[in-house]
Amino acid sequence: MTEARYRDGMRVMLPLMPAIVAFGASFGVLAKAAGVDSLAALVMSATTFAGSAQFAVVSVLGAGGTAAAAIGAAVLLNGRYAPMALAASGAFRGGPVRRLLEAQLLVDESWALSSREGGFDRKLLLGAGALLYLGWNAGTAIGVLAGDSLTDPATLGLDAAFPALFLALLAPLLRTGGARGERGAPSRGSAPRSADRAPLAAALIGAGIALTLTPITPAGVPVIAATAACLVGLTRRRRPRARHRLAQETSS
Amino acid sequence: MSAVWLCVIIVGMATIAIKAGGPVLAAGRELPEGAARVLDLLAPALLAALVATQALASDEALVLDERAAGLFSGGAAILLRAPLLVVVLVAAATAGGLRAIS
Repeated sequence: MTEARYRDGMRVMLPLMPAIVAFGASFGVLAKAAGVDSLAALVMSATTFAGSAQFAVVSVLGAGGTAAAAIGAAVLLNGRYAPMALAASGAFRGGPVRRLLEAQLLVDESWALSSREGGFDRKLLLGAGALLYLGWNAGTAIGVLAGDSLTDPATLGLDAAFPALFLALLAPLLRTGGARGERGAPSRGSAPRSADRAPLAAALIGAGIALTLTPITPAGVPVIAATAACLVGLTRRRRPRARHRLAQETSS
Repeated sequence: MSAVWLCVIIVGMATIAIKAGGPVLAAGRELPEGAARVLDLLAPALLAALVATQALASDEALVLDERAAGLFSGGAAILLRAPLLVVVLVAAATAGGLRAIS
């Protein structure tokens, strides 16, 4: 496999750009409708750079909620970035300031795209993150300027693009057992891999936790709680022994 | 300071700190083997949770709407090993099309 470049991260994210820009624009529109001035909306997209948390803030404020409620909701929604950034910490370089700045390009999409067995691909993460950052901020500017004349992205079905994207990024992790295969590389015909079911188990448990908690906890909590599903990794060591025992049973 | 700017500044600083915490504090350190194995599974766990909530959650309720239909057709495209662009387009076109006729 040739080494990934920043450009590769951008190229993979290109199909998503219309949706990113459209949602950035709808954030700008909603922010103004909620009484958030244009400069505040632009500064928020440039510094927070996390869609769900930004939408939460403007919707809480727009509904007459307090700043504390808006901040609490946003911090809960962004809490998932703490374990995600820790997992990806090997992808960042340099001193504390450079690492702090580079880490800001970590969002769900760039993180998922750059996930590899045993680490994260630095250039994929930063390339994808940089393009997403440009699209999100350009979209916000469009929304702030154009206002209500824009179409709601949901009318175009763009809200359905994101779960499909995450499913597409999840699928290779399940096929190859934790390792993200090279994009488009056929998994058939390669040396047989040990079937590691831990990623599938983590995915099913994670989705189960998130769906169970959705009706009973504030938004953001279900996804943070779903990270507990990765604890199934602690049971992986015992698997070879179990398989050995099974082999003995079937051969006797 | 207005409530809006208070939110913008505090949420912005909190998010920057949340994202930078691990990368800055764990700089140059190898994670212990057990932690690395657990963190390897963070991607499938979190991605599945994002798929589930973004397709089925609406505020604090579970709903079955056009997004689920879009995810279903996107999933079919993934099974057919369609490129990412096609997967995303199929999902969006399904949800948008259903909304247009309903």
